[in-house]
Amino acid sequence: MDTLLLSRIQFGANISFHILFPTITIALGWVLLFFKLRFQITGAQKWMDLYLFWVKVFALSFALGVVSGITMSFQFGTNWPGFMETVGNIAGPLLAYEVLTAFFLEAVFLGIMLFGAARVPVWVHTLATFLVAFGTTMSAFWIIVLNSWMHTPAGYELRDGVVHAIDWFAIVFNPSMPYRLAHMLLASGLTVAFLIAGLSAYRALRGDRDPATATGLRFGVILGALLIPVQIVAGDMHGLNTLEHQPQKVAAMEANWETRGNVPLVLFALPDETLRENRFELAIPSMASVILKHDPAGVVPGLNDFVAADGSALHPPVAPVFWSFRVMVGTGVAMLGLSWLGAALLWRRGADALPRPYLHALTAMTFAGWIATLAGWYTTEIGRQPWLVQGVLTTEAAVGDVAGGMVLSSLLAYLAVYVLLLAAYIGALFHLARKGSVFPAAPALQPAE
Amino acid sequence: MFDPQTLPLIFASLMGLSILLYVVLDGFDLGVGLLFPFATEAERDRMIASIGPFWDANETWLVLAIGLLLVAFPAAHGAILTALYLPVAVMLIGLILRGVAFEFRAKAPVAHKRPWDAAFWAGSLMTALSQGFMLGLYIMGLRWGWAEIAFASLTAVALAVAYSFIGAGWTILKTDGALQIKAVTWARGGIWGVVLGMGAVSVATPLVSPRIFDKWFRFPEIVALAPLPMMSGLLVALLWLSLRRLPTRDDSFAWFPFAGAVTLMVLGFFGMAYSFYPYIVPDRLTIWQAASSTEALTIILVGTLFVLPVILCYTVLAYVIFRGKATKLSYV
Ligand code: HDD
Ligand code: HEM
Ligand code: HEM
Repeated sequence: MDTLLLSRIQFGANISFHILFPTITIALGWVLLFFKLRFQITGAQKWMDLYLFWVKVFALSFALGVVSGITMSFQFGTNWPGFMETVGNIAGPLLAYEVLTAFFLEAVFLGIMLFGAARVPVWVHTLATFLVAFGTTMSAFWIIVLNSWMHTPAGYELRDGVVHAIDWFAIVFNPSMPYRLAHMLLASGLTVAFLIAGLSAYRALRGDRDPATATGLRFGVILGALLIPVQIVAGDMHGLNTLEHQPQKVAAMEANWETRGNVPLVLFALPDETLRENRFELAIPSMASVILKHDPAGVVPGLNDFVAADGSALHPPVAPVFWSFRVMVGTGVAMLGLSWLGAALLWRRGADALPRPYLHALTAMTFAGWIATLAGWYTTEIGRQPWLVQGVLTTEAAVGDVAGGMVLSSLLAYLAVYVLLLAAYIGALFHLARKGSVFPAAPALQPAE
Repeated sequence: MFDPQTLPLIFASLMGLSILLYVVLDGFDLGVGLLFPFATEAERDRMIASIGPFWDANETWLVLAIGLLLVAFPAAHGAILTALYLPVAVMLIGLILRGVAFEFRAKAPVAHKRPWDAAFWAGSLMTALSQGFMLGLYIMGLRWGWAEIAFASLTAVALAVAYSFIGAGWTILKTDGALQIKAVTWARGGIWGVVLGMGAVSVATPLVSPRIFDKWFRFPEIVALAPLPMMSGLLVALLWLSLRRLPTRDDSFAWFPFAGAVTLMVLGFFGMAYSFYPYIVPDRLTIWQAASSTEALTIILVGTLFVLPVILCYTVLAYVIFRGKATKLSYV
């Protein structure tokens, strides 16, 4: 089979697996710090119980994130040597700063955070917790800077086909970076909010009357309800920014073929690239123009503007971008509905008396954040094709000279391991939830007097 | 600020430093994993406890090493990693299994503990063997012939044994009682593997490459080099003697096997570095030919010079906080 295709599938599989765990750890680190500080201030045992439960989830997710991340850093060399050879002068320093400022910080202080409570003063342990949370956020920052630069490159010049940095400020603060970073950090917060709400709802359904369960439930629902509107606004701004820099991607997201005004918002369609039109289209008239141009008559670029003279497409494959975008937005709308309903129910009835169907719905949404996050990344990344670095390097030009059979064998091995680990991870989370809140007393973590 | 001649040299040294730190640090926790089948269930918990706070940070040195290769020597990076495609994939899967088994064995249902222990061992073994295999192939100039594969298989086993040896040394240092006595017997067996492995590499390296042969046996360099094998020989003898006496009643010298193993690895590493300098892809690309642009290297170096000492400080801090004999691990 074709090395390029296999390498792409392998990269997609590896990073999809990797991103699941950072998405959890980035926000969960801060949530743990919050639980810990609440305990220190109030002295209420339930905060300690929450901390002790979620720190286990954190440790597990972190381990999975680290090992899958190591796979990521080797892949540039094994599968995409052309990437570093062309943009190494920019990607290199960014990746190096990620290792130096983030990875070591998290890795070293994680040991102290997990196992050091009995050996260090309370404030050192709190500081370690803070540094771990800070470190995961720094990792996200650097890698998002690199990824955003690949979408909206800035601050560089090409010499002999190799990219050279000329303005590091412009590189780091490239046009899409603020939007992408904000959207990703919020995505992480939402993923954790629904994870906490979902697992707590599961415990509540099993008759767990622990105060920590009710508090976790309330915490998750309220965090979700607060973050989701912000995320929707951030997502909208992100889309407008993309319209400016990668109009072909937005055209694919909206399955809009012709450049025109009064573009409808397509709710359902089967985009067909051979006919170059949508089949079975169901749409709201002029709505896409309103969203993207804040004007029903606003003219939005269409896919037919991105066709080479010989008829080959210069835009990404339409259907996957169109559909993954809808999965993300759909999940976001579901999150909005569920968390606001939950907030209303909490207001009227309290966390101990939520109706069972609502708890079931929350449990079903435990991993909703993962689905939205993956769908969002597929939109972004497939939407950038055929470019790897927009306008600079195509994906095809970066692939390594490795036999297809070798890539196939490594791909199959990775997939087998990932399926197994994913099942084990989800199984372990629910197992921990079933074991409930039976924790040993925590002498070393008594509140500071 | 920095001139194009010295920058690649600085980066080669930094990369060497992180490879060395990786081999020593992850070496001992991989070694502990390799020794798992010989330990009882309770002993395993204790062994895990001895490496629990460290393994993640230890592994990060590998990320730094590969990162430096990638950022400082992009041309070599592609050449080396595509040549080593399969062993790298095996190593990555090994690292994945090892890293997650660690967490799962403590958090999954009790019935799953044994399979996760097996995964922990298998992951450590895959990692150690594939790293040794890559080392052998690298010495052989990254060629895939039968002789090269045979030699690489030998170095694969040798490195796995070396890791078990340093892992046994770590266990002697961090435990006491029956487990410590057991670890001493493991180390007694392991030292022969280490001697064999270092011997094989030392004999093969000059034979493979006339350039290295010349470098080793040329006068006057040979005089400067002579202390390396002599010190290694002396160290092996001392290790052997100490292992016959250990464990002592007051636990004195429990640090010695570990320290000795570390020193052996450092000596071996310098021997290798001397042989391959100035090449980064053996006999094909020198560090100057493979280096990236001066501006890119400068911007990384500035950060590195600030951050690396800080990293070293808090790494030492972690080892100080968790000094002493390992006890049961718990999250409180
Ligand atoms: C919990 C996760 C989550 C949720 C609920 C949403 N998103 Fe999102 N979205 C992401 C998680 C995400 C992401 C995974 O974080 C992405 C991928 C790359 C990125 O920057 O963010 C993303 C990408 C992404 C892009 C692509 C930008 C580009 O490719 O340049 C757009 C336009 C939006 N989002 C817009 C939205 C809108 C309008 C939402 C309203 C409901 C929304 N997102 C909900
Ligand atoms: C973390 C979430 C991410 C996900 C889920 C993701 C997903 C994907 C997917 C599905 C593709 C394949 C697109 C296609 O071939 O049609 C792709 C391509 C790619 N992405 Fe991402 N990506 C993510 C983040 C990143 C980041 C942070 C980087 C770089 C620093 C990156 C670099 C690449 C590269 C090098 C490719 C080209 C290889 C290929 O086309 O498969 N990605 N990504
Ligand atoms: C091609 C892209 C990527 C590469 C090469 C990469 C590389 C790595 C590596 C090597 C680690 C392990 C660090 C350690 O040893 O401690 C790691 C962990 C991590 N990565 Fe990635 N990564 C990529 C994409 C991403 C993305 C898209 C995000 C999030 C937005 C992310 C966030 C993190 C975080 C927070 C960690 C810390 C460990 C954890 O929380 O699980 N990475 N990554």
